[in-house]
Formats: sequence, C-alpha cells, structure tokens
Amino acid sequence: MKTKQINNERARRAAIVRKGLKYALCILIAVVMLFPMYWMFTTSFKTPMNVAKFPPQWWPNPWTLENYAEIFTQRPFLKYLWNSLYTAVLTTAGVVLFSSLAGYAFAKIKFRGSGILFMVILCGMMMPIEVTIIPIYTALASMGLADNHLGIIIVPMFGYCGAFGTFLMRQNFLTVPSELVQAAKLDGASQPRIFLRIMMPMAVSSISTLVIWTFLQSWNNFLLPLVLLSSSDNFTLPLGISLLSNESGMRWELVMAAATFSSVPILIVFYLCQNKFMASLSMSGMKG
Amino acid sequence: MTTKPAPKIQRGKRRRSLEYHDSIWGYCFIMPMFLGFLVITIAPIIATFVFSLTDKNMLRPDTTFVGLKNYADLLSDPIFQATVRQTLQFTLLLLPANVIISLLLASLLKDKFKGCGFFRTAIFTPVVISVTVWGVLWRYIFQTDNGLVNSLLKMVGIQGPQWLFNTTLAIPVSVFVTLVKGIGMNMVIFIAALQDVPTEYMEAAALDGASKPRRFFSITLPCISPSIFLVLILTTINSLRVFAQIKALTNGGPGTASYVMVYYIYQMAFGSYKFGLASAASVILFLIIVLLTVLQWNMRKRWVYHED
Repeated sequence: MKTKQINNERARRAAIVRKGLKYALCILIAVVMLFPMYWMFTTSFKTPMNVAKFPPQWWPNPWTLENYAEIFTQRPFLKYLWNSLYTAVLTTAGVVLFSSLAGYAFAKIKFRGSGILFMVILCGMMMPIEVTIIPIYTALASMGLADNHLGIIIVPMFGYCGAFGTFLMRQNFLTVPSELVQAAKLDGASQPRIFLRIMMPMAVSSISTLVIWTFLQSWNNFLLPLVLLSSSDNFTLPLGISLLSNESGMRWELVMAAATFSSVPILIVFYLCQNKFMASLSMSGMKG
Repeated sequence: MTTKPAPKIQRGKRRRSLEYHDSIWGYCFIMPMFLGFLVITIAPIIATFVFSLTDKNMLRPDTTFVGLKNYADLLSDPIFQATVRQTLQFTLLLLPANVIISLLLASLLKDKFKGCGFFRTAIFTPVVISVTVWGVLWRYIFQTDNGLVNSLLKMVGIQGPQWLFNTTLAIPVSVFVTLVKGIGMNMVIFIAALQDVPTEYMEAAALDGASKPRRFFSITLPCISPSIFLVLILTTINSLRVFAQIKALTNGGPGTASYVMVYYIYQMAFGSYKFGLASAASVILFLIIVLLTVLQWNMRKRWVYHED
C-alpha cells in the first residue's frame, strides 16, 4: 500500500518534471524563432550610433522615429507600398475569379475534352516561374511592357497561382452535390446564375484559402519584379528593400525600418487568423 | 394514344439542347484561364526549349541555331559545375535537417496543451515573412562586425568568422536561414499526419509492452511515411528553386561560392545577357523538377489508395 503511494508520488513528480522540460524547450524554440523579428523591430527604432554598439543594445534607448520619417519622406516607400498592394489585390482578384470559373466548369459541367484540358492546367502547377522567366522577359520587352506592372500581375495570374487556384476550386466544387445543380437547372437557372448564386457562396472557405495564398505569393514575389521592373517608380516593397540594402553607405536602421514596415501588415493579419493561415499555406504545400 | 410518343422526343431534344447549352458554358468558363495559361505558361516553356538551342543574346540582334552547343558549354563551364555542386550541397544539407527537426517539433506540439497554439504560431511566423525581408534580416544578423551572432560570440570571448564572406560557410548559412523560415510549414504538415495515426494501434502496442522508440519506428513512422515523402520532395523542389534569400544574403558570393541553379540562370540571362545558355540551364532545371513532381503525384495517388 505504502510503496504504491510512493510510486504514485514519484510518477507525479516525474510528470511535472517532464512537463517543465517540455515548456522550457518550447519557450527556447519560440525565442529562437521570434528573436530575429524582435531584432528587426527594435533596430528600426534605434539611432545610427546605437545600431553599431557593442555590446548590442537590447532595448532602443532613445527610441527614434527618424528612420521611418526618412523612408517615407526621403525614399519612395509609400509608393512601393502602393505598388505592392494594388498589384497583389489585382492578382488575387483575377486568380479567384478565373480559377473559380474554370474550377466550377471542370467539376460540374460536362464538355468534350475537359479531362485533357484540366491535365494541361494541372501541369502548370509544376512549372516554376524560374523556368519561363527568360521568354516572358523577352516577349514583354519586345512589346515595351517589361517595365510595367502588367507583367507582375498577369504572369502569376495565369501561371502557377492560376493553375493552383483552378485545382483547388475544382476539388472544392467536386464536393458540392450534383443534385443541387440539377435542381437549379430544372428551375430554369442559367449556368452563370448557378455559378454566382449557388456555387460561389458555398465556396467561401476555399476562396479564403486561395486569397491568403495568392496574396502572399504576390506580396512576397521577388524574382519576377526584379527581372521585369527597371524604373524605381515601379518597384514593389521587396525590390525597394533589396535596393536599399545594396546601396553603398547603406544604413541598417533604415533597412530594418523598411523591413518592419513591409512585414507588420501581413503579420497583424496572420495573428488575427492564424489557424486559417496555417491550414491554407500548408495545404498549398500539399497541393490539395 | 398518338400524342404519347411526341413529348418523349421533345423532352429528349430538350435535354440534348440543354446539354449542348451546358457544354458551351463549360468552354466559356474555362476560356479565360485556359487561354491565359497557353500564352503565359505553355508558350514560354516551348520558347525556353527553342532558346536553349540558339545563341540568343540580348546584346546582339541576330540569333542563330547552334544545336546542343549550349548544353555542351554548360557541362564544361566550371562555374556551372560549381553551381551544380553547391545546389546539391544545399539540398543535401537542408533535407535531413528539415525532416528531422520539423518532425521533432511536430511531435512536441501535436497534443493540445496550454500555450501550444502560441508555440505553433511562433514557429510558423517566419513562413509568412517575405523571403527578401528574411534574407536581409539575416544578413544583418550574420554581419562580420556588429552582427548579432558575432556580438554574442564576442561576449563569450570568441572571434566569430566572416559568415557570409567565407567560401565554406556561405552555403551552410543559407541553408540555416532557409531551414528556419520553412520549418513551421513542414511542422504543420507533420502535425496533421501525426494526429491521423490511429490511437488504437498505439494503445494495443503499449499493452503488448512495446517501448516508446519501438512504437515510433514500428507504428508512427510507417503511418506518416507518405507525409515524410511529401516533405522530402517539396524540400528538394524548393531548394532547387532557391533564389531570393541567396540574392539577399550573399549575392552569390564570395566569388561564385553560393551560386545555385536559379542564381546561375539569373546571372547568365540578366547579368551577361546569354539567353541561350541560361535557357539551357532552365531546361535542365525544368526536367529535374518535372521528374520530382511526377514522383510526388504518383506517391500521392498511392497515399489516397492507402487511405481507402
């Protein structure tokens, strides 16, 4: 009886120790993952003198907004923000519209060749932009459209983003019972009406997945704008940051202010709906 | 009596016309995506193949057909050989680290406990940050003078190396930076897989006296092997496509010590304007990625079958 009690006590203590170790490990990992972001954030509020200090200044003293003032007034970072924002919004809108249309047709409408056409688009999911960038550049350059936002909007729209979107939306519409479409047809609803009134409202969850994924792809896109855009008026945020960080006499506190400024909006949205983000992004990794 | 067959025919006709009507709508609905896709994706792929057989150069207007010369040039180019070696090194360093660490994190965080949501979010956060910002941030941290890492080392009395200007360190540092950025995504994939492992198996094995490691290797590992395979393929494809973090961290340097496939293509095409040669390298990259993707898709089919 007594030994049993002692054993229980021992097991309980072991469980507490194990739990403590688990938390310690988790906290250590979280610190390692979040510290770079903390460092970026605090550096952006430091004065130039304090950035190069040894030992490092863990907490800005004094705090300054000079760096932000400089990237907004002396450098066109608000312009970059606008360029990033509106190209990402247009890309996302186009991807959602065109891939929902195509996804619905592939899932619910019978027409000759739909299997083969779908396979062709599916292949697009494995075409990395890196492979097609040279002809895309030469084609756009020969039309005088290289240094233009058109390219960075339509290339993802009808490339890997559109292909992934079509796949995702088709998978989604496949789960909608066909009887629903049949019933609506018997009631005399036309296909566009069925699509808009019945299908799209049922696809809200998949659409939000697609919106998150496409927006991030566009917002973070680097290679395509780097190759296409040449005048700094057209730059997007990643290009602006790259340019700023490669200047001679580059100042880290400015670069970190720009980096913070371009990450914070995304991070706020991420923390507000983290579960949706994690599910969406890892699902796109698994491709369905 | 005589009127009976008539509506039948009519109904049949009506259905056929409805179906015909439907298929027209089907083509209309896929048309924007499909046409865009032909112009933006299919045509450039074909063009890349064609370019790779010519000596197309941005600085010269005339282009001639040179056959497989570009491919021969690539194979004998020492920079390309170094690029292939470094890409391989990058992939082989990233693969095991990625799978093992994200699997460990997933098993640590798969069960719900107080705060597990916070830890998952913390580990996932770098996935959301742009690769350029991430690369620039780590260039700041890995600076030789006053960088965070070297300052910490200096505080304990160690003179830190020139992380980003060192031929042997450039690739490992880039691998580390890529690893930390992507680990949250793989962790989420593994958490989903681990939660699908049937608990009955585990309980039965525990009752039979199987030890923890034994249960892991005999039950968990086989159950999640499709996800491990998926992560392996995804990591390989992504490490073949690495570009933005290299550009931000080392800019390919020192010298050509951190040239990887896409960086080489970018340099050849938009640094030296050798479009033909760069296209040949693109074709090679394309073929490897297609091969890996087909492998992944076959695996996925088997996975679905396995679940049924």
